[in-house]
Amino acid sequence: MSEMTGTPIAHAPGFIANETPRIVTARFDYADSHTLERYEATDGYQALRKALEQTPEEVHSEVTDATLLGRGGAGFPAGVKWGFCPPGVWPRYLVVNGDESEPGTYKDRLLMELDPHQLIEGCLIACYAVGLSQCFLYVRGEMAVAQERVATALNDAYDAGYIGKNILGTEFSVDIVLHWGAGAYVVGEETALIESLEGNRGMPRLKPPYFPASIGLYGQPTIVNNVETLANLPWIVQHGASAFTAIGTESSPGTRMVAVSGHVKRPGVYEIVNGTTTFRDLLYGADMCGGIRDDNQLKAFVPGGGSAPWFTPDQLDLPFEASQVGPQGSMLGSGAIMVMDETADIPAAALTLTKFYAHESCGKCVPCREGGTWLEQILRRVVEGRGTPRDLELLIEVGETICPGDFPHAAVPSKGIEAVPFPYRMTTICFVGPSAFAPIHSALTLFREEFEAKVAGNEHPTMIEVAVDV
Amino acid sequence: MKFFTEENSSLAEEIIGRYPKPRSAMIPLLHLAQEQEGWVTDEAMAEIAELVGTTSAEVLGTCSFYEMFKRHPVGKYVINICTTMSCALMGAGDLMEHAELRLGVKSGSTTADGMFTLEGAECQAACTEAPCLQVNYRHQYRVTTNQFDALIEELSSSDHEVPEHGVLSQIRQHIPENRFVGVVPPEDVTAAPVWLNDNGSDQ
Repeated sequence: MSEMTGTPIAHAPGFIANETPRIVTARFDYADSHTLERYEATDGYQALRKALEQTPEEVHSEVTDATLLGRGGAGFPAGVKWGFCPPGVWPRYLVVNGDESEPGTYKDRLLMELDPHQLIEGCLIACYAVGLSQCFLYVRGEMAVAQERVATALNDAYDAGYIGKNILGTEFSVDIVLHWGAGAYVVGEETALIESLEGNRGMPRLKPPYFPASIGLYGQPTIVNNVETLANLPWIVQHGASAFTAIGTESSPGTRMVAVSGHVKRPGVYEIVNGTTTFRDLLYGADMCGGIRDDNQLKAFVPGGGSAPWFTPDQLDLPFEASQVGPQGSMLGSGAIMVMDETADIPAAALTLTKFYAHESCGKCVPCREGGTWLEQILRRVVEGRGTPRDLELLIEVGETICPGDFPHAAVPSKGIEAVPFPYRMTTICFVGPSAFAPIHSALTLFREEFEAKVAGNEHPTMIEVAVDV
Repeated sequence: MKFFTEENSSLAEEIIGRYPKPRSAMIPLLHLAQEQEGWVTDEAMAEIAELVGTTSAEVLGTCSFYEMFKRHPVGKYVINICTTMSCALMGAGDLMEHAELRLGVKSGSTTADGMFTLEGAECQAACTEAPCLQVNYRHQYRVTTNQFDALIEELSSSDHEVPEHGVLSQIRQHIPENRFVGVVPPEDVTAAPVWLNDNGSDQ
């Protein structure tokens, strides 16, 4: 293995700097990257000044032209999403989704801890462009340090005149309110986030009619954007859409942050070029993960957060491009890659994800509430050697009550298995239910022999015989 | 008898005043209650209900949905060991086993001296630094069994900076009065924001 070249940044645990353009992580090298002083000394709030010299429509157009794809998971273009607000309906709100909880994902936490002013400037630009009159910045409950950094940054930015009444002496006035959650994965779903912000249990709403852009917070038009999405806005406004689209590909421009964890030599969060960087670059590149630990063989990887169907070495040359990953049976999701080497116990690894989604079910939809728990219980007995061959069929049957029809999966050329493209059909309101099934379906499809080995010889179902006196 | 201290009562009013609808303050106020008492008591929920204009049953409904709100006393330090995929692949199971032995309690319980509550937790967004844990929602990275023992020693002494359970952000948002735009109930807003009108927008 060649010498590794990317640089781990000591005061940004997990983040590794490399040679690729850095749009959102540019300040991470500074130990005081989170302060207003550093932010102002490195072009901070210049994009806001520039935006305020333009009309809101001009700023909106710039963002639309940049094809900034949402970085939360769905990958929908932010400028287009902004345009869905119905004309003439006021007020409109901005809700910042900082409830990052998808297994394997952490980029929003770093952005909030290490460059909170960049996020705040992004929020201000969005509010100005779309006429959003109040912003709620929702930070995940379990991120105490991110809350502290964002609170400090908000206080400093208010004092400096960047937030609040008549920003920088203009007519533009907006408050940003720091709000935080209390531990619930499902609240990352945008309609559940709004429920939570209204003081309710974080249960998703049915879409339609509850598309937040038309019926969101308090029933008003509401833009919900991910932290990383908003953090890109200052750069786009300052350098222009064409500079942004010059990086990456036409359909996936710019950069994106990805977290690679599990069995690689150098797990880390990297800012990579969107659209062109491949999984092989990321997992084996000298400036990135540098290969699999102990030079072991790669067995499988989850390409887009815990909800994503799995890939094997056969898919390593796919780039970070939704239009190529989707047909191969998975998604890029939240930019989280979890890597399993040849030593990994595949059914046990699948269980660590299925139990996550079973635990995080909000309970609103029956197939998820019941099905998730069943999937976990059945898989657990298989993993512990108490399962039967019938259980392997049962896992699929239960999964099909959540996701009827063919479930997406990757191709395995050596076994003659062809890919089934993403996405899936579902009987639930949100993706939590299907996500409990995804790891099981992938693991069973790609590594069925490991499951069969665990149930071999257990022909009779494990059951307690109850004697009944009549 | 009021639940919130005088200081926290005025803080609660300030927080409620930032939202177009008071009920939105419910989760922040539950955190404030937990900060004051270490857990969320029935008295706290009743008072929050009054403050945001709903019933205590509604507050319980919200409170019970969220993992972080404890409706019974917990240890001074809540230790959450992540058990989701990346941490599990990197030895979280062994770490949990060790933690149970070291503290002498099973996951989900509190030590007899009330110092530590041990919990298995879901993904904490530190996956590259696995296995990780949080003490009162502050991260510890790549935790070995030796480091876990050292952490317990440290927390048992007074030589550390982790606040007691319930204290989340130690920095509060403060909006200066002269900068605060203020809130209007959504039903009272009929026109586009002034900066859009000024720019001739018809939206």
